[in-house]
Amino acid sequence: MDSFDPVLLARWQFAFTVSFHIVFPSFSIGLASYLAVLEGLWLATGRTTYLTLFNYWKKIFAVAFGMGVVSGLVMAYQFGTNWSVFSDKAGPIIGPLMGYEVLTAFFLEAGFLGVMLFGLNKVGRSLHYIATLMVAIGTFISAFWILSANSWMQTPVGYTINAVGQFAPTDWWAIVFNPSFPYRLVHMVIAAYLTTALVVGGVGAWHLLRDRLNDGSRVMFSMAMWMLAIVAPIQILAGDLHGLNTLEHQPAKIAAMEGHFETRAGAPLILFGWPDMEAEKTLYEIAIPKLGSLILKHEWDGVVKGLKDWPKEDRPNATIVFWSFRIMVGLGFLMLGLGLWSLWGRYRKRLYEMKGLHVASVLMGPLGFVAVLAGWVTTEVGRQPYTVYGVLRTADSAAPIAAQAVAASLIAFVVVYFFVFGAGVFYLLRLMSKPPHENEPDSPSDAHLRAAGIVPAPALETVGELATYPEDRR
Amino acid sequence: MMLDLAFIWAAIIAFAVLAYVMMDGFDLGIGILFPFYKSEADRDRMMNSVAPVWDGNETWLVLGGGGLFAVFPLAYAAIMPALYAPIIIMLLALVFRGVAFEYRWRTRRGKFLWDWAFALGSLAATFTQGIALGTIVQGIPIVDRAYAGGWWTWLTPFSFFTGLALVVGYALLGATWLILKTDEQLQERSYRFAMILGPATLILIGLVSLWTPFLEPLYMERWFSWPRMLYTIPVPLLVALAAYLLIRGLVRREEYTPFLASLALFLLSFIGLGVSFYPYMVPPTLTIWDAAGPEESLSFLLVGAVVLVPIILAYTAYSYWVFRGKVGSEGYH
Repeated sequence: MDSFDPVLLARWQFAFTVSFHIVFPSFSIGLASYLAVLEGLWLATGRTTYLTLFNYWKKIFAVAFGMGVVSGLVMAYQFGTNWSVFSDKAGPIIGPLMGYEVLTAFFLEAGFLGVMLFGLNKVGRSLHYIATLMVAIGTFISAFWILSANSWMQTPVGYTINAVGQFAPTDWWAIVFNPSFPYRLVHMVIAAYLTTALVVGGVGAWHLLRDRLNDGSRVMFSMAMWMLAIVAPIQILAGDLHGLNTLEHQPAKIAAMEGHFETRAGAPLILFGWPDMEAEKTLYEIAIPKLGSLILKHEWDGVVKGLKDWPKEDRPNATIVFWSFRIMVGLGFLMLGLGLWSLWGRYRKRLYEMKGLHVASVLMGPLGFVAVLAGWVTTEVGRQPYTVYGVLRTADSAAPIAAQAVAASLIAFVVVYFFVFGAGVFYLLRLMSKPPHENEPDSPSDAHLRAAGIVPAPALETVGELATYPEDRR
Repeated sequence: MMLDLAFIWAAIIAFAVLAYVMMDGFDLGIGILFPFYKSEADRDRMMNSVAPVWDGNETWLVLGGGGLFAVFPLAYAAIMPALYAPIIIMLLALVFRGVAFEYRWRTRRGKFLWDWAFALGSLAATFTQGIALGTIVQGIPIVDRAYAGGWWTWLTPFSFFTGLALVVGYALLGATWLILKTDEQLQERSYRFAMILGPATLILIGLVSLWTPFLEPLYMERWFSWPRMLYTIPVPLLVALAAYLLIRGLVRREEYTPFLASLALFLLSFIGLGVSFYPYMVPPTLTIWDAAGPEESLSFLLVGAVVLVPIILAYTAYSYWVFRGKVGSEGYH
């Protein structure tokens, strides 16, 4: 009856809900910044295309943010329902970090989101811009605290175990800025930016393929491609530094990522293969001699630890981690390729004419999410079998819950999430499928949102109306 | 030592929960009332009367839960498994109603679907919150720092009854909020609902109050032992005053007093709960001090809370101010 192991079911439930959840923040972190940039550019230049794009992406942001909020609420409570022993023990450290997230980020976003979505002609331009900035800053602060909490679980420091078995904080500074936190934060925020750039670029390219003269499509495509070209290489560098940090603090995870079972000097870089946890070796491997040591140790004959250095019950699942890591890295290089391709297009002054580039951008639109999920699987599965690395085992973290209860709630989550978020993705795609039009009023159903009593002028978004936008708002 | 960290934190969390009940209460109430307003234009106005603020309202639930996790981890670890099914249902219900705010504007064909998601989601979320309240009031068994009850322990006539009471109470908040934010027929209809929901809420509050002392000797002693009664007696007296103001306001067609009086009823009920509970966090075993985490955790987060909660309150108030006044009907033509 392995499948009815409550801990395993609770892990599945957590993995499922967190995988769903992480998609939305990684999109909204990037998109909130993008919105702030667009509104800023509009205010600075007065160019209406920026306002068009702001309103276009604002609607998409609202839907995605709504999904992020509700799926995040689920996460916050799941610590208690399914991982109550973890909550009791690690709560004194994880709890305050998440508490700060709520106090500094959640409220900031929620408080100003209404103004950002509904309030342009209620509060005037500058206050509205402040609201947009606050929402963007809020998403960033949120990432700060969540990554801090997660990093502490990966590289716990600054605590003692108290009389009742809880992690008691001794040094908050060390806890917040724990050893893996800076790398993880940078890696994640850049990932969010890249994910958003791929979506924006994909949508822009989709519309360029139909109408390459649409000003809004051109601007968003161009901005997204700049983002990729500049940030993808930075991400590869950041990822490498993050990897070295992981080698220092979580060598078993690196061994799993690399598919190394034997400890050896001059370890090869295994490009592909099938790490077999039972047989304790990587089957069908295609490897480059010595390169593994060179990358990890920066020496040809550096010694790289293999999984056999750890007892079987302390090893993360190498089969999963090995492959999720390769998916992430592979996609990272694809993003770099797309960015370079766009640079070549720019150099030839044919950025808006290259169909191949546009098709590739459309195809790559959703791949940022895949990369984020793969990265998340790498780091989280790589942390196993611990919730707090090296100290608190996953098996000892779960709530005293009957398997049936966890199974029933898991099924409920799966059904509801696929239905609710399936519909959400459908609506998002439908919003994205419309090109950004400057002179066209919004669809009647959409006019409700902006107009229904909250904003008296229904069509403020259209440029026709914008010309008459009162100057005293400046 | 009354004013220690654990006490201060209990007060902050109580405040967060109260803020949640008072703010999300009326927007959940609007969802509960949704099926009773048939016209689409009315529903649009109802939705829009809360659309800009519901997100901020709901965040207090995160602060209540997150705060409990942070500074009373043992209470969190005991309460959540005890309320496993109601909490999961509440979360799923909040998922449905939360996305409805955006989704129902994104489709015409499927709009009725999200109207129902909003209505049933609000109803289920409220009912399970009421059940959660009732379950905690009737006591949660704890052995060795873990929940020691069964999976259905929460389901009792009492918790069912508190669930019902909260549904009626939130509906009253919703109706009186609509009186405040709308006009003409929609407002008239809300007056009529409030006329039914007001007395119903009062009866239910009365019944729950009479029932509660029989659940725990502790509660009985709190309310009915002399001379302690001298301290507790103002609570029912103030309830009577709020009830009078509510009914009078409705009869006189006042716009502000019904909503404020309804909020006062919730505030007083909450204070009543506090009187019954104190100093327990999870009756009948865990006091505030038993459940509190290490001092370092409490003080670390307190710094932030002291600075940030007032700021949050300020911009929450600002957000309400920006969207003040009636939700007009002319807007969407």
